[in-house]
Amino acid sequence: MAVVLILVLVAFASVLFHLLSPWWWTPIASNWHYIDNTIIITFWITGFVFTAVVLFVAYCVFRFRHKPGNRAHYEPENRKLEFWLATVTTIGVVAMLAPGLFVWNQFVTVPSDATEVEVVGQQWLWSYRLPGANGKLGTSETRDVSTENPLGLNKNDAAGLDDIIISGGELHVPVGKPVKMLLRSIDVLHDFYVPEFRAKMDMVPGMVTYFWFTPTRTGTFEVLCAELCGVGHPQMRGTVVVDTEADYQNWLQQQQTFTQMMAGEVQTTN
Amino acid sequence: MVNIPSSIDDTVPAAEVEDVELYHPHSWWTTYVFSQDAKVIAIQYSLTAISIGLVALVLSWLMRLQLGFPGYFTFIDADRYYQFITMHGMIMVIYLLTALFLGGFGNYLIPLMLGARDMVFPYANMLSYWLYLLAVLVLAAGFFVPGGPTGAGWTLYPPQAILSGTPGGQSGGIILMLVSLILFIIGFTMGGLNYVVTVLQGRARGMTLMRMPLTIWGIFTATVMALLAFPALFVASVMMLFDLVLGTSFFMPAIVEMGTQLQHGGGSPILFQHLFWFFGHPEVYIVALPAFGIVSDLISTHARKNIFGYRMMVWAIVIIGALSFIVWAHHMYVSGMNPNFGFFFATTTLIIAVPTAIKVYNWVLTLWRGDIHLTIPMLFALGFIVTFVNGGLTGLFLGNVVVDVPLSDTMFVVAHFHMVMGVAPIMVIFGAIYHWYPKITGRMLDEIMGRIHFWVTFLGAYLIFFPMHYLGLLGAPRRYYELGESAVNPPSAHDLNVFITLMALTVGAAQMLFLFNLVWSLRHGKEAGGNPWRATTLEWQTPTTPPPHGNWGKELPVVYRWAYDYSVPGAPQDFIPQNQPNPDRLSMENAS
Ligand code: HEM
Ligand SMILES: [Cu+2]
Ligand SMILES: [Cu+2]
Repeated sequence: MAVVLILVLVAFASVLFHLLSPWWWTPIASNWHYIDNTIIITFWITGFVFTAVVLFVAYCVFRFRHKPGNRAHYEPENRKLEFWLATVTTIGVVAMLAPGLFVWNQFVTVPSDATEVEVVGQQWLWSYRLPGANGKLGTSETRDVSTENPLGLNKNDAAGLDDIIISGGELHVPVGKPVKMLLRSIDVLHDFYVPEFRAKMDMVPGMVTYFWFTPTRTGTFEVLCAELCGVGHPQMRGTVVVDTEADYQNWLQQQQTFTQMMAGEVQTTN
Repeated sequence: MVNIPSSIDDTVPAAEVEDVELYHPHSWWTTYVFSQDAKVIAIQYSLTAISIGLVALVLSWLMRLQLGFPGYFTFIDADRYYQFITMHGMIMVIYLLTALFLGGFGNYLIPLMLGARDMVFPYANMLSYWLYLLAVLVLAAGFFVPGGPTGAGWTLYPPQAILSGTPGGQSGGIILMLVSLILFIIGFTMGGLNYVVTVLQGRARGMTLMRMPLTIWGIFTATVMALLAFPALFVASVMMLFDLVLGTSFFMPAIVEMGTQLQHGGGSPILFQHLFWFFGHPEVYIVALPAFGIVSDLISTHARKNIFGYRMMVWAIVIIGALSFIVWAHHMYVSGMNPNFGFFFATTTLIIAVPTAIKVYNWVLTLWRGDIHLTIPMLFALGFIVTFVNGGLTGLFLGNVVVDVPLSDTMFVVAHFHMVMGVAPIMVIFGAIYHWYPKITGRMLDEIMGRIHFWVTFLGAYLIFFPMHYLGLLGAPRRYYELGESAVNPPSAHDLNVFITLMALTVGAAQMLFLFNLVWSLRHGKEAGGNPWRATTLEWQTPTTPPPHGNWGKELPVVYRWAYDYSVPGAPQDFIPQNQPNPDRLSMENAS
């Protein structure tokens, strides 16, 4: 009996916990509420299956537990039942996979009007680069990284000279405009993760990875590193500020370009 | 009756199999230490695995203490935390679960359940254990070298794993880890080939493949998978050793390490991840399939009912085994690989959910209209169903590529894999130990201690890992020594962490009770007799218990039916052993 009660309790307490839990995702600040919706669909389907299975087990234990003289039913197979269960499961799986792949397609299709922002990870610090007046980022190379040139920009690439460099400071982005984050690392794996944006992606030395999002509300958000990168991993934090267009332009004016950085007081942080 | 391989095979001749030449031991040393008896090797494997598993358990307490009470225990600094995580994860997955299921249960059960006298290559089997022991010792040596063991995480991702920002990264730690893995794989291959050949060649007369207990199907399929998957880890380990020791650049692109340009260039860190997960995902099923098999037999025996849909169960095991080789990159959705792979791997991953779900249905349908004895193995089997279903369902979140994006690398993942490949298989291991201990020792484990052990472990583990999902949903990243001030770490999350830590310590204490029971019952347990659970499978039909070297005395058993003739209508008892001929056949023999 105790077994039955506890199994029922496990099922109901889990559902109640889910409904009452104060631990829920942070208020979203990007267009990826599609992801949140897919999670909700998945919660519904899986929650239903979980409760159904556990309650069914509880019922079996209640109804068919051993009593003297009992004998189990002998039925090796039931093709029809197995077929129906497999079919219903397949439908449930498709109901989760289809919206999932649909949203993934959006996730990997970067809008053509997205502005590029580069994030560079290194142990244990975030730096950023924005395109300058020409709207283009210049090329870069890990081999070119040095104390004067911490992001390894190609000095011979004219497109990079007006790039805006933010070494170790805050990143600002304007609200409502799609951004393509280009991710690069000069040492180990890192992962640029802002919980409120829902998106994240690893940064891999030797290649450039990316994701895109549109910030949907202004505010200040914490950047966490989500890929183990050595002992400093939990300290590798940063800040992203989502600004109104005016505030953004204001902030942008105060940032230094690559040329200014090479010429003037070098802001190295490592 | 349905056309099931239990129908009498009249072509099976009487037991005329002559005694196979076995190397019988002549001294204490060759009986108990350098033994070639699969049963002794099984016990050696199990005791070693449990011992090193205890180290991993203690490490989990230390990590939980840090997460529940950050900064309070000053000897757990960030370096040590990462070393603990790494050793805990690696030990649990490989040196405990893989070794215990295949080296422990595989060795004990394959020959006995199939009616063989031993593994086909007893000498290689013995070597397999000694290499495993050596691998464990090399791994544990990491704790004693300067710099300590590696803190790269159990995934050992380069470049971080072999650079100086990671504890043990440029010292002995990472080398010992890689060497230990290489030794483990060599040892495993010797055992694994043995298990596969024994299943294919060593079965008693009448034991067709489709009459094998699901335990054997699970272990057999898992072993085949391991033989195909471990080589990927093997080459990855060798390549990483070369990168570190010889200065090659398999996994190393151009890197600036703390302001210094390294000599490496041109390698690919993602290549390592593909190799690792080509091994790592099948590894999940290498642990899960034996658990699936064993739990099927526990449920059937203790519910006195044939396993529902045996053939479907066999096919599900084989299909899951095959599919699990084409889903590995679901661990890499946010690794930076070409995002279009996501479509493929999400689809294959969710397809696996179908055969897996069928297995769950068949377990619960075996309970339906059964005669359920709530013995301790049955309780653990129920605990397995609950935790496995829970963990399997959260796998549908993480497998569904876009849903994985916010959740990957958070505590949601930690909760998911602990539920599905930590708690669930360990429920089966415990159930299996309570189930087979009487065969191994001749005595039952104590019932009261067993019940306390079950309830504390099952409910405690559920309370540890169920709420943990919500920390991940909130956004708390995994592998964080401390989260500190953060939107994803509100005070309520801190309270939850304290609770989880207390639960972890409680569950840990219950394991001490279990260990005590193991030792205490050796002497004081109830006498079990040969077949205390009135089970059908061959290991319960040995002439003596515990079975001696060679298992069967003079004559090998002959198998007349499948493993699940429980509660057959018209039969005098509620079980018919696999080696019992049909009544009409008996009367025919008596008449002649
Ligand atoms: C009650 C028992 C256990 C407790 C309390 C526990 C606790 C933990 C904790 C606190 C972590 C680190 C989480 C983080 O900060 O990222 C962890 C990681 C891990 N655990 Fe467990 N664990 C337990 C049992 C197991 C078992 C049975 C397995 C077997 C599969 C397992 C496998 C792992 C793995 C693979 C990792 C990941 C290591 C890494 O991130 O590199 N654990 N565990
Ligand atoms: Cu990191
Ligand atoms: Cu996997």
